[in-house]
Amino acid sequence: MIAYLFRRILYAVPILIGVNLLTFALFFVVNTPDDMARMQLGIKRVTPESISKWKQQHGYDKPLLINSTASGKDKLTDTIFWQKSASMFVFDFGYSDDGRSISREIVTRMGPSLSIALPTFFVGLLVYVSFALLMTLFRATVLDVAGVALCVVLMSISTLFYIIGGQFLVSKLWHLVPISGYAGGLDSFKFVVLPIVIGVMGGVGSSSRWYRTIFLEEIGKDYVRTARAKGLSELRVLFTHVLKNAMIPILTGVVVVIPLLFLGSLLTESFFGIPGLGSYTIDAINAQDFSIVRAMVFLGSVLYIVGLILTDLSYTVVDPRVRLA
Amino acid sequence: MSFMPVILWSDALVFLLIAVTGVAVWYVRRHEHLLLPWRRVTHNSLAMVSLLVLSLFLLVGLLDTLHFRSVLPQSNGGEKVYSPEVLSVFDKLVDPLRTHTEKTYSAPFALTLYARETRTDAQGNVLREFPRLQYGGAHLEDVSRRDADVVVRALIGAGLGLFVGLLSFYLTHRKLHCASGCDRAVSVVTMILTTLIGAIISLAAVYHVLGTDKVGQDVLYLSLKSIRTGLIIGTVTTLVTLPLALFLGVAAGYFRGWVDDAIQYIYTVLSSIPSVLLIAAAVLMMQVTIDTHPEWFATTASRADLRLVFLCLILGVTSWTGLCRLLRGETLKLREMEYIQAAQSFGVSGLRILTRHIMPNVMHIVLISLVMDFSALVLAEAVLSYVGVGVDPTMISFGTMINGARLEMGREPMVWWALASAFGFMLVLVLAANLFADAVRDAFDPRLNRTEVGV
Repeated sequence: MIAYLFRRILYAVPILIGVNLLTFALFFVVNTPDDMARMQLGIKRVTPESISKWKQQHGYDKPLLINSTASGKDKLTDTIFWQKSASMFVFDFGYSDDGRSISREIVTRMGPSLSIALPTFFVGLLVYVSFALLMTLFRATVLDVAGVALCVVLMSISTLFYIIGGQFLVSKLWHLVPISGYAGGLDSFKFVVLPIVIGVMGGVGSSSRWYRTIFLEEIGKDYVRTARAKGLSELRVLFTHVLKNAMIPILTGVVVVIPLLFLGSLLTESFFGIPGLGSYTIDAINAQDFSIVRAMVFLGSVLYIVGLILTDLSYTVVDPRVRLA
Repeated sequence: MSFMPVILWSDALVFLLIAVTGVAVWYVRRHEHLLLPWRRVTHNSLAMVSLLVLSLFLLVGLLDTLHFRSVLPQSNGGEKVYSPEVLSVFDKLVDPLRTHTEKTYSAPFALTLYARETRTDAQGNVLREFPRLQYGGAHLEDVSRRDADVVVRALIGAGLGLFVGLLSFYLTHRKLHCASGCDRAVSVVTMILTTLIGAIISLAAVYHVLGTDKVGQDVLYLSLKSIRTGLIIGTVTTLVTLPLALFLGVAAGYFRGWVDDAIQYIYTVLSSIPSVLLIAAAVLMMQVTIDTHPEWFATTASRADLRLVFLCLILGVTSWTGLCRLLRGETLKLREMEYIQAAQSFGVSGLRILTRHIMPNVMHIVLISLVMDFSALVLAEAVLSYVGVGVDPTMISFGTMINGARLEMGREPMVWWALASAFGFMLVLVLAANLFADAVRDAFDPRLNRTEVGV
C-alpha cells in the first residue's frame, strides 16, 4: 500500500512537469513578456521604456530558459522559467500584479470556497443517488419515464439560468436571503444556502440519469436474482445489495472531484459575490493577471492528480477484491 | 456583380463539415449493415421530431453562413466599393428585423420605449412621457387597438402557415390523413411549427415580437443569429476532436509499448488541468496575440470569426481526451479478437489493420460521443462567454445576449425579455439535441442487445 502510494506520487512528477511546460509555453513562448506588458499598459500609450519598466517590476526582464550572461548555476536559475514556473513545484506562486502574495490569498480564500463546495457536493450526492434509486425502484413505470424526462429537461437548461432564475425568485421576489455577499462564522448560513441549493439543482439532471443507468445495469446481474430468490424485499435488494455493488462506478466519477472542491466554482462564486478561489480566478481572468491564472492551473492539476490517487484508494475501501500493490 | 461573396474561416470549416457529412451519408446509404441502426433511429418518433426541430435550427444556421459584402451606392471613379459590413443571406431574408432598430429597450409587442423621455410640445410645455417606437407598431393610429391588431395578425399568419403545412403534407403524401409510411407525431409537429412560424412572421413584420435590447436591436433577430454561433461551437469543435481522438486512441490501443505510453502521457497532462482554466489560459493568450496584430484582419467580422474558430480549436484540444481514452480501451479489446489475429498472420500491415478492421468497429463509440458532446458544447459557450473567455463581445451569441441582459435584472420594471429569449432558444436547441442523441445512442449501442432485426 505504502509502496503503491509512493509509486503513484512518483508517476505524478512527470505529469506535473508536463503541465508546467505546457503553461510555460502558453504564457511565455506564444506571447512574449513584451506582448503582455503592451497588453497591461494599453496598446496606445506604450513606449519601450515603460515596457522594460513593467517587465522589471514584475520580474519578466530575464531570458526565458538560459541566461548566458550569468555564471555557474545562475545560468539556469536566473531565468523566467526557473523563477516563474519551476518555483511552483514547491508551491511558491509569487506575487500577483497588484503585489499581493498569491499563496496567502489562496489560503484565506479557501474557506469561503469550501463552505459552498463541500455542502453542495455532499447534499448533491445524497439527492442524486436517492433520486436515481427511486427511479430504479419504479423502473419501467410511468414514474420512471417521467423521472427520466424530467432529467433530460433539467440537463438541457443552462447553469446560468438556474443561477439567474434562483437569484431572481428567492432573493428579489421573495426576499428570503440576500442576493449576494459573504460573512464569516454562523452568519454565513444565509449567504451560502441559495448557492448550495442552486448548485445541487444544476446537477440533478445529468447525475441522476447517470446513476440510474449504473443501477439498472447492476439490477440485471445474477446476485440480484439470488437475493430476490432468497425472499428479500425489493427495497432491501436495492439499498443493501445494488447500492453497494454500484459503488465502484459511482466512486470513479465522484472521488476525483473532491480535491478540486478547493478551487470553488467560478460561476457560483462570481454571481453570489463569495470571496473564494473561484471568484479570485475569474477576477484574474478579467484583469488578465497571468501569474494568478498560472498558479491556479498548476494547483488545479495537482489537485486532480491527488483525486486520481484518492479514487484508487477508495476502491480498496468499497471493494475487498481490490488490492493495491 | 452587386455583391462580393465572403468566405470566413468558420464558413469554410462548415462547408468542409458538410462535405464530410455528405460523403459519410453517401457511404452509409450504400451499405445495408450501416444503414440498419439509422433505420432504428427513423422509427423513433421522438427522435424524428427532435431532428425536425434541429433541422430548422440548422437551416437558419446554414443561411447565416453564406456571407457577402454588398456594393456601396457611390462608386469611386467607376471602381466598385464594397461595404465593410459582412452580411449573410439570412440577414437579407430578415432585413426588416435587422434594420428596424429602436433607441433602446422596449418590451415584446410594445408600442412605446421602455424609458420616459423629456420632450417639448408645440406650446413649449416640457413633457415626460414614453415616446412611441419608430417601427414597433408604427402603423397603428389608435394605441388602444393594439391587442386586437396583434390577435388578428397572429390568426392570419397562423392560418397561412397551417395552409402551407397542410399543402406540403398533401403534396408529399397525396392524401390528408396519416396512412402507412407516415409518422403521425412528425406530421402533427410539422403543422404546429408551420402555424407558429406563420404567426411569428406575420407579427414580426410590424412588431418587435420579443422586444428590443439595450441598443434597440430586435431580440428575435439576435436570438436567430445566435443559433449559428451555437451550432458552430457544437459542430466545428468535432473537426478538431475527431482526428486527434480517433488516430491517437486507436494507435495507443493497437501498438501499445512506447506509443501507448507517449499518448497516455499527453492526454493525462491535458486532462489533469481543469478544463475551464486551460480554456481560459489559452483564450487569454489568443486574445493577446489578436490584439497585438490588428493588421491581420480586414473587417471586424473576420476578427470575431477568427476568434470563434480559435475557441473551437481550443475546446477541441481540451475535450478530445475523454473520447481518446474510450477508443484506446475498445481497441485494446479488439486487437485480441481472432479476426485481427488472422489479419496479422496474413501479413496485413499495421496501418491497414487499423483503417480496415479496427476503425470501422469503433465508429459507433465515436458517433455516440460526438452527438452527446454537441449539447454540452452549446451550453459551455454561454458559460465561457460569461467568464469572459468565450466568443468575441461583438459576435452575437447566446452567451453575449445573456451577459448583456444579466446586468439589467435590477431595473424596475425588469427587463426580462432578452434573457428569456436566449434561455428559451437555447433550451429548445439543447433539448432537441439531447433527445436525438439519446435515440442515436440507443440505436448504436451494441450493449443493448436487440432481438428484432431492423425493418
